[in-house]
Amino acid sequence: MSKFKKKTGGKGPGISTASLPDIVFMLLFFFMVTTVMREVELKLQNTKPRATEVKKLEKRSLVSYIYIGPPKEMYQPQFGKEPRVQLNDQFARLDDIQQFAIAEKEEKSESERPLMQFSIKADKGVRMGIVSDVKLELRKANALKINYSTEKGTPRPLE
Amino acid sequence: MARREAPEINAGSMADIAFLLLIFFLVTTTMDVDSGIARKLPPYDEQQAPPPPVKKQNILQVLVNANDEILVNDDYMELRDLRLKAVQFIDNNHKGDCDYCQGTRDATMSENPEKHVISLQNDRGTSYEMYIAVQNELTAAYRELRNREARLRYGRNYDLLNEDDAKAVAKLFPLNISEAEPLKL
Repeated sequence: MSKFKKKTGGKGPGISTASLPDIVFMLLFFFMVTTVMREVELKLQNTKPRATEVKKLEKRSLVSYIYIGPPKEMYQPQFGKEPRVQLNDQFARLDDIQQFAIAEKEEKSESERPLMQFSIKADKGVRMGIVSDVKLELRKANALKINYSTEKGTPRPLE
Repeated sequence: MARREAPEINAGSMADIAFLLLIFFLVTTTMDVDSGIARKLPPYDEQQAPPPPVKKQNILQVLVNANDEILVNDDYMELRDLRLKAVQFIDNNHKGDCDYCQGTRDATMSENPEKHVISLQNDRGTSYEMYIAVQNELTAAYRELRNREARLRYGRNYDLLNEDDAKAVAKLFPLNISEAEPLKL
């Protein structure tokens, strides 16, 4: 008679799934903490150029974004293929940038204003003309701290 | 009347609810870290006061034309050579009053790191990608010099220094990139 009798018939105890919600909640909180809400709906094509000497943008709340690029295909019948500027959720004219910069400044408290940055997110295909125009408008609005948004990697002209 | 035991709430669907929330957050958020090349623009001046005179030898003129070709002090140059050229130019120390410089003291390049100016001018037709690449190479030149100095003085790279030390090193090799208005052609 062997002591190790094969159990017959009886089902296993079944794995408890009671802790599954906890695990999922943990994941949920992890993602909530590490990510940020997508602020705007991008209406133009935006592939960043690559650069190696990048600095991380600190304090997201103090950064305002200016997008430059050719409109996405679905908007091209209306806005054409030439690069445009996007502020917040809509296409803007160059004259709107000053207003935008001032409005963004007004939103922040006095002590935080000197730390504000404007991040220029331009598509790598655009020409410098429109970028220079944007820079000039920013200077007129006295928004002098800027950041050319790039991806990390060797710049393509160097490859 | 006998008290009945409260029936237990079935928590089986809790996981489904949590998954739903999780997927919602996954879809609506982005994870990309924002990074880029930081620059400071000069204040806007309506009268456009003439710039202070700078000796010609202290200026490294970098021109980028509409065909993305680079002209450094009137000589055609490849992008990959720009970094070394900038390092040599900043580090040149022609005057000889910069005791931490290791330059060649060439008479055609900057007097000392404090006085040098890199003048960057691009065309309206220059591609943004090229412009960023040039900015990147110039920044890299400064980083190389600052790293060299930081390692000599503190035994660490520039990025790893504390705030005060980093400021001190940055002062030795100040970032002097002046951007002219782009050419209008």
